[in-house]
Amino acid sequence: MAYSDKVLDHYNNPRNVGSLDKSKASVGTGVVGAPECGDVMKLQIEVEGDRIVDAKFKTFGCGSAIASSSLATEWLKGKTIDEAMEIKNTQIVEELSLPPVKIHCSVLAEDAIKSAIADFKAKHGGAAPGGKS
Amino acid sequence: MKTPVYLDYQATTPVDPRVLDAMLPYFREHFGNAASRSHAFGWSAEKAVEEARTQIGALIGADAKEIVFTSGSTEGINLALKGVAEMYSEKGRHIITSQAEHKAVLDTCKHLEKQGFEVTYLKPDKEGRHSAEQVAAALRPDTILVAIMWVNNEVGSVNPIREIGKLCHERGVLMFTDATQAAGKIPVDVQADGVDLLCLSAHKLYGPKGVGALYVRRRNPRVRLVAQMDGGGHERGMRSGTLNVPGIVGLGKACEIAREELATEAARCIELRERLHRRITSALDHVHLNGSAEHRLPGNLNLSFSFVEGESLLMGLKDIAVSSGSACTSASLEPSHVLRSMDVGDELAHSSIRFGIGRFTTREDVDYAADQVINAVRRLREMSPLYEMVKEGIDLSSVNWQAGH
Ligand SMILES: Cc1ncc(COP(=O)(O)O)c(C=O)c1O
Ligand code: FES
Repeated sequence: MAYSDKVLDHYNNPRNVGSLDKSKASVGTGVVGAPECGDVMKLQIEVEGDRIVDAKFKTFGCGSAIASSSLATEWLKGKTIDEAMEIKNTQIVEELSLPPVKIHCSVLAEDAIKSAIADFKAKHGGAAPGGKS
Repeated sequence: MKTPVYLDYQATTPVDPRVLDAMLPYFREHFGNAASRSHAFGWSAEKAVEEARTQIGALIGADAKEIVFTSGSTEGINLALKGVAEMYSEKGRHIITSQAEHKAVLDTCKHLEKQGFEVTYLKPDKEGRHSAEQVAAALRPDTILVAIMWVNNEVGSVNPIREIGKLCHERGVLMFTDATQAAGKIPVDVQADGVDLLCLSAHKLYGPKGVGALYVRRRNPRVRLVAQMDGGGHERGMRSGTLNVPGIVGLGKACEIAREELATEAARCIELRERLHRRITSALDHVHLNGSAEHRLPGNLNLSFSFVEGESLLMGLKDIAVSSGSACTSASLEPSHVLRSMDVGDELAHSSIRFGIGRFTTREDVDYAADQVINAVRRLREMSPLYEMVKEGIDLSSVNWQAGH
């Protein structure tokens, strides 16, 4: 399969790989996917006020899944929680020129964002709990 | 050393220069049709084809008359399975095969099921093998054919064909084996091994693509087939169509070389395979060998690298040509049916890489590949949430995963 230059760039130079302290109140963690499906994404955000000041990821998955999560962390930094909720997988597909068979990798990245935000909100008595397993 | 390094010898092999040299005259001056009986062009083509038949027969212990030329193993499989099924359907309509067979066998069996045949798909053991006892337990009075591959193309497992062949002969059932990966790599003797039908393909043994052979036993028992290609009645009526003379000459030469060099080449491939395996496992933990350590094709190494997905690993191995059983590399998004049938576990199936070693692989190639693999796996594990969790002491099987799809 031929990868787009942007996928290759994120794969070769992934942005924001790593972990934040998940026990901190300011950190929201989302883990989505399953090893049997061949993809697991962990995405974390650190929030100050209502703004995301840091984001980190770790991904077990194909190159497109790695690129999707790397791109997601890039986009998340500096956004408010509400703005972050607006990120759609279709934007990731477009930015990375993902082929149809790789769309689910971008869906996983969107799920990971939502899951990390839900975890953060749950820590602050906010909306729907159950962001992470 | 040239990069990318080719380590996918189970997918195909380069044509040996000696094979190409043998073929060239049959594109040039000896271009005749082997079926032309009236002139020298035809005679020289026919002579070359008959010599190839003898060379192929010598490799597998068959008589030249028992060789039917095909376009490759996919055709050989179709002809063997459909040809036997149609010929012997009065006798019975049951066929036994394996879940780990090549798609050419599985899909042909699916086709036969639609025609009213019943097929038992035996599950291989954890090493990807079948025992004669397992086959015996599946035999029925209406079983007409057992189709078990000699060597598995993904995990390199070698089946006990001699025992299965003996069983089939005792029970009066025909035995077909897909020897695409076995012929020219390990000893094959259709007489001693009790095989009635066998297919092989030139491009897996340093011959050209698009040519192969089907062995069809002529004595004890005489196997009959319903032709699947109608026409001029070539190949004793079993396979019509003008013979691919240069390809057939190449296949014959490839078989001759393979026979002469089989023992030394096997030993060399095993040494390189073990070297690659040792280098990788001495640098990395959580590496699993898929298939059998003992009953293994000399040039096959299939490893799963836990916590790393296969396609992303292939991306990191851009200077070596290997393949993966990961779902992400397949159009269907299903992990390898072979690894699944062996109960390797989907997680490890997603993490599998097949290394294929062959005639032109050098020690330098193998060392280079090992370094590439070690670096790529380390890098991806640093990026893997699973590796992190395991290092934190979390049991991955106890996690309640939120499956995305
Ligand atoms: C075990 C096995 N059977 C059948 C085939 C099909 O062979 P061919 O490419 O000659 O049609 C292959 C190769 O892909 C194979 O490895
Ligand atoms: S993670 Fe499997 S296709 Fe992307």
